[in-house]
Amino acid sequence: MGNLSKIRNFAIIAHIDHGKSTLADRLIQVCEGLSEREMKEQVLDSMDIERERGITIKAQSVQLKFTAKDGDIYELNLMDTPGHVDFSYEVSRSLSACEGSLLVVDASQGVEAQTLANVYQAIDADHEIIPVLNKVDLPAAEPERVRNQIEEVIGLDASEAVEISAKTGLNIKAVLESLVEKLPPPAGDKEGPLKALLVDSWYDAYLGVIALIRVYDGTIKKGTKIRMMQTGATHLVDRVGVFTPKLTEVESLGSGQLGFFTAAIKTVADTQVGDTITEDRNPTSVPLDGFKPSVPVVFCGLFPIDAADYEQLRESLERLRLNDASFSFEAETSAALGFGFRCGFLGLLHLEIIQERLEREFDLDLITTAPSVVYKINMNSGETLQLHNPSDMPDVVKINSIEEPWIKATIFVPDEFLGPILSLCTERRGEQVELTYVGARAMVVYKLPLNEVVFDFYDRLKSISRGYASFDYQMDDYITGDLVRMSVLVNAEPVDALSMVVHASQAETRGRELCTRLKDLIPRQLFKIPVQAAIGGKIIARETISAMRKDVTAKCYGGDVSRKRKLLEKQKKGKKKMRQFGRVDIPQSAFIEALKMGDS
Amino acid sequence: MSGIQALTEDLSLYVHWPFCLSKCPYCDFNSHVVNEIDQSVWRKGLLTEMKTLAKNTEDRKLKSIFFGGGTPSLMEPQIVSDIISEAKKIWRVDDLLEISLEANPSSLEAKRLHLFNQAGINRISLGVQSFNDITLKFLGREHDAADSKRALEIAKKTFENVSFDMIYATPEQTIQDWASEIRQAIEFSSNHISVYQLTIERGTAFFQKHRKGEFQMLNGETLADLYELTQDKLGSAGLADYEISNHAKPSFECVHNLQYWKMKDYLGIGAGAHSRLTDKEGVRWAFRTQRAPSKWLSETKAYGHAVAEKVFLSLEEQIFETLMMGLRLKKGISTADFKNTFKKSIEEIFTRETLEILLNERLIEMDDKSFKATSIGRQRLDSLIQFLFSDFDLNPHSSFFSRDPVS
Repeated sequence: MGNLSKIRNFAIIAHIDHGKSTLADRLIQVCEGLSEREMKEQVLDSMDIERERGITIKAQSVQLKFTAKDGDIYELNLMDTPGHVDFSYEVSRSLSACEGSLLVVDASQGVEAQTLANVYQAIDADHEIIPVLNKVDLPAAEPERVRNQIEEVIGLDASEAVEISAKTGLNIKAVLESLVEKLPPPAGDKEGPLKALLVDSWYDAYLGVIALIRVYDGTIKKGTKIRMMQTGATHLVDRVGVFTPKLTEVESLGSGQLGFFTAAIKTVADTQVGDTITEDRNPTSVPLDGFKPSVPVVFCGLFPIDAADYEQLRESLERLRLNDASFSFEAETSAALGFGFRCGFLGLLHLEIIQERLEREFDLDLITTAPSVVYKINMNSGETLQLHNPSDMPDVVKINSIEEPWIKATIFVPDEFLGPILSLCTERRGEQVELTYVGARAMVVYKLPLNEVVFDFYDRLKSISRGYASFDYQMDDYITGDLVRMSVLVNAEPVDALSMVVHASQAETRGRELCTRLKDLIPRQLFKIPVQAAIGGKIIARETISAMRKDVTAKCYGGDVSRKRKLLEKQKKGKKKMRQFGRVDIPQSAFIEALKMGDS
Repeated sequence: MSGIQALTEDLSLYVHWPFCLSKCPYCDFNSHVVNEIDQSVWRKGLLTEMKTLAKNTEDRKLKSIFFGGGTPSLMEPQIVSDIISEAKKIWRVDDLLEISLEANPSSLEAKRLHLFNQAGINRISLGVQSFNDITLKFLGREHDAADSKRALEIAKKTFENVSFDMIYATPEQTIQDWASEIRQAIEFSSNHISVYQLTIERGTAFFQKHRKGEFQMLNGETLADLYELTQDKLGSAGLADYEISNHAKPSFECVHNLQYWKMKDYLGIGAGAHSRLTDKEGVRWAFRTQRAPSKWLSETKAYGHAVAEKVFLSLEEQIFETLMMGLRLKKGISTADFKNTFKKSIEEIFTRETLEILLNERLIEMDDKSFKATSIGRQRLDSLIQFLFSDFDLNPHSSFFSRDPVS
C-alpha cells in the first residue's frame, strides 16, 4: 500500500469484559480476515490463559482491508493491546504505534477504573478517540447515561459515539466507517531512510524471534540489512509480513504500516522493545523516542512442591522469559520450602499469569510465597539497598530509614459500597486525593502503600463491593515509612518463607492473624508447639498448638503386626515431604495454606 | 543374629476359622459367608497344616491356643477338641494352657457354649459389642442386648475365664451414651473386657458408606474423651487397662494376646493366619497363609500347608515390632528381655536427645527393669513410635547398628 491516506492505525481500549476482543473478532469477520470456519472466539488472544481470562498480554496487530462508503479500499491496522494495569507499559508501547483508538464502554456498566487509566494513556499518545458503546442489545443498557458519563468523567465528546453490539454484529460497519472518517492517516516519509519502532517481539518455535514493528519512514523488505539503533546489532531480514490475522508474508512494509519481520534472531532478549530499527547502510539520523524499560514491582518466591521439579522449574522460567523480558528470577533457598526462585513481576496479575502458565503449560505444582514490594533501605553508611526479599533485611541497627513504594489508585464504586471502601483504604494507610460522584457511582482516588495492596486489598475490595468496584493504579512515589520486619517462629525456629515487612502500626494485628492461621493449619503433634510472631527479639503474638490427644491403633494382634509396621514405615517416608522445626515435622501444605492470605 | 534363646521359648497357637453367618460392616478380618461348609474337610486341613508348620518346634512348650475368626464358634466342637488333642501331642503343655474361643452371643450359640467347654476351651470371648440395640443394628449384629446378657450369664456359669468385646465411637455416640454402656459392661463383666474404638477399614461396607458421606465419624476431641472415660471407669471398677484396648482383673490378662504384644513366637494355622517364628539359626520369620478359603484348602491338601508369603525380619524390623507392640502394654517392655534378644539396650539404640524429649514430656518412663509408655504416651502411641524411630531408616537391609548409638 503506497498511499498513506488509505491507512488507518488504531487500538481498542476497554475495561475488562467490556467486549474488546469480541469487537476485534467482529471487525476481522466483517473485513473477511478469516473465513467463517476459521473464526474461533477471540482469535487474537493466542495463549490459552489469555483466552480463558479475557486478558491480552502480548501486543498483536491485524491488518484489515475495508471497502469504505467512498468506494476506496482502506488498510486498517488494528493493534491489540493488553488492558490491565500491570501491562500499562505494553499498552503505552502499542498505543504509540497508532494514531487513534476505539474506546469501548459497556453500555450498561459504564466507565470503569481501567477505562479511565487506558483512556488517559491514549490521550497522552495524542490519539484521536472514537467512543463506542457496546452491548446496547442488552435490556440493562443505558446508552444515554453512559454517553453522559463519558463526557463528564473523561471529558470526551460522545455525541457521535457508535452504538453497537459486538455480540450480535450490530453496527460493526459503522465502526469501520468512523475509523476511516475520523482517524488521521499516518504521517511519514516514504522515500527517507528506514525508521521503524520495535513494538514487541516474541519467540516462535519455527520462525525464531518475530519482531512486531511500526514503520515511520522508508521501507523494510526481505534482504534489508537492518541495525537496531540502541543495541547496535545488525541482522539480515529474511521475512516481512502482516497478520490478517493469519501470518502472511508480504513483499515489503512501508511508511505508516504495521507488520513484522524475522531475521534469524535467537532470543527475545536480543531485541530491545522500543528500539529504533533502521537500515545499516543508510541509517536515519534521529532515533524515535524509546520507552523506559519496565521494572518489576512485586516480588515473590516460587518453589516446586516436589523438590525434584526444581530443575524443570528453572528451565520453565527461562522459557517464559524468552517471551516476557519483564519478569525476573533468581535462585532462592528457604528452610520451610526448600529450593526455589525469587521472581519479580509487573504486578499481581502478572504474577498470577506467570504462576498459572508454569502450572498449566509446564505441569508444575508450585508454592507461591506472600508477594512483597521493593523497599529502598537507606543504610547508615549512606548506601541504599533495594530489598526484594524480606528475609534479606539487613540488621536494623545499620538501617537509617526504609522507603516503600506508593501507588495512586482509582476506584469506581456504586454509592452504597462507598463507606466500607473508604474504611478499607484508610485501614490500609491510604490518603484520599479525590472523591467525585458520577451519577450513582463514586470515583475515589487514593494514594496507598503498594505493600498494603499486594497483601489482599483487591480481594477485599471485590468482596466488600460484591464485585462491583473496579480498581486501577499507577506507581507513584517512594516514601519513608515506619517499617519493620516481622518474623514467624514455629517451635522457636524462624520460618523464613513467612517473614514480611510491615508497617509498625500493623505488625501486631498481622502477626496475630498469621499465628492464629498457622495454629489452625499445623496438625497437632506429639507435643505442644508455640507459634510466635516477632519483631527482632520481641515477641508480638503467640499461639500454642496443643498436643494431639489421641492417636493409637485400636486393634493390634498377631495378624496385624506386619501391616501396621508397613503402614508406619510408609507414614515415615511421607514425612520426607515435611519440614523439620526442631524435632517437629510440619507438612509443607500448612505453609502453603498459610501463604494463601487472600481467603482468610 | 539374635534370638538364640527363643529356641526354648514358649509358643502360642492361633487357629483361624474364616466363616461367618453374616459379614459385619466394620470388619476387615478374613471372614467369608458361604452356603455350605464340609467341616470334615476343614478338620483335616487344619490338622494337616498344624502338623506341617509345627516342624522343628516340637521341643517348645505350648503356652496358649486361640480359636479366632470369622466365627470359630460355628466350628463343630469335635473339631476344636481334635485340634486341642493333636496340639497337646505335638508340644509340651502344662495345666496353665489357656485355650480361648471367640463366640457370638446369639441364643443359638449360647446353647452350644457348654459343648466347647467339654471340647477343652477354658476361656471364652463373646462379641457383645454394645448394650444398645440401635447401635447393634448399626453395627450389623444379629443379636440384641438381651441376647448378650443371657449369653454372658451362661458363659459365666460355664467358664471361669470370660471376656467380651465392646465397640465405642459409633457415629453420634455421646459421652452419656457411652457412659451408660460402660456401666452395663461393668455390671455384666466377669474378669476381662476388650474395648475397641470403631475405625473405618478399607474393604469394609462401612468404608464405602463413610466415603459416600452416609455417616460421619466422631471428631478427635470426642474420641479422646471417650477413650479417657473408658480407661477411667473400667479402671475404678477393678478392670484396669493392661493394654490399649484390653482390661482385666489382675492375673486374668489374656495369655495368648500377651504373647503377641511381647512379640514372642506364635504359629497361625487356617486361612490368612500370620506367624512369627524364630528358627534354630536364630532367624526370625514372618509368614502368612492363603487368605481365600478354597485356595487355602487346596494348597493344604496338596502341600500340607498354605503358606503364601514368608520373609525374614531384619533386626531393625524386629526392634520396631517389639516396641510397636510392647509399648501397647501398661507394663511396657522388659529391659532385660530386650537386651537379651537384641544384645543392645534401649539407651544404646535411641539417641539420648530423643529419649530425653519423650521423658520430659512424660510420654515414656524408664528404669532398670522396664521401658514403658505412660498413659498419655499410650494414648498417642502411633505418633510416639514414629517419633522414637524418626532417626532410623527401617529399610530391612540397612545397617541399624552401624551408626553411633548415642550421638
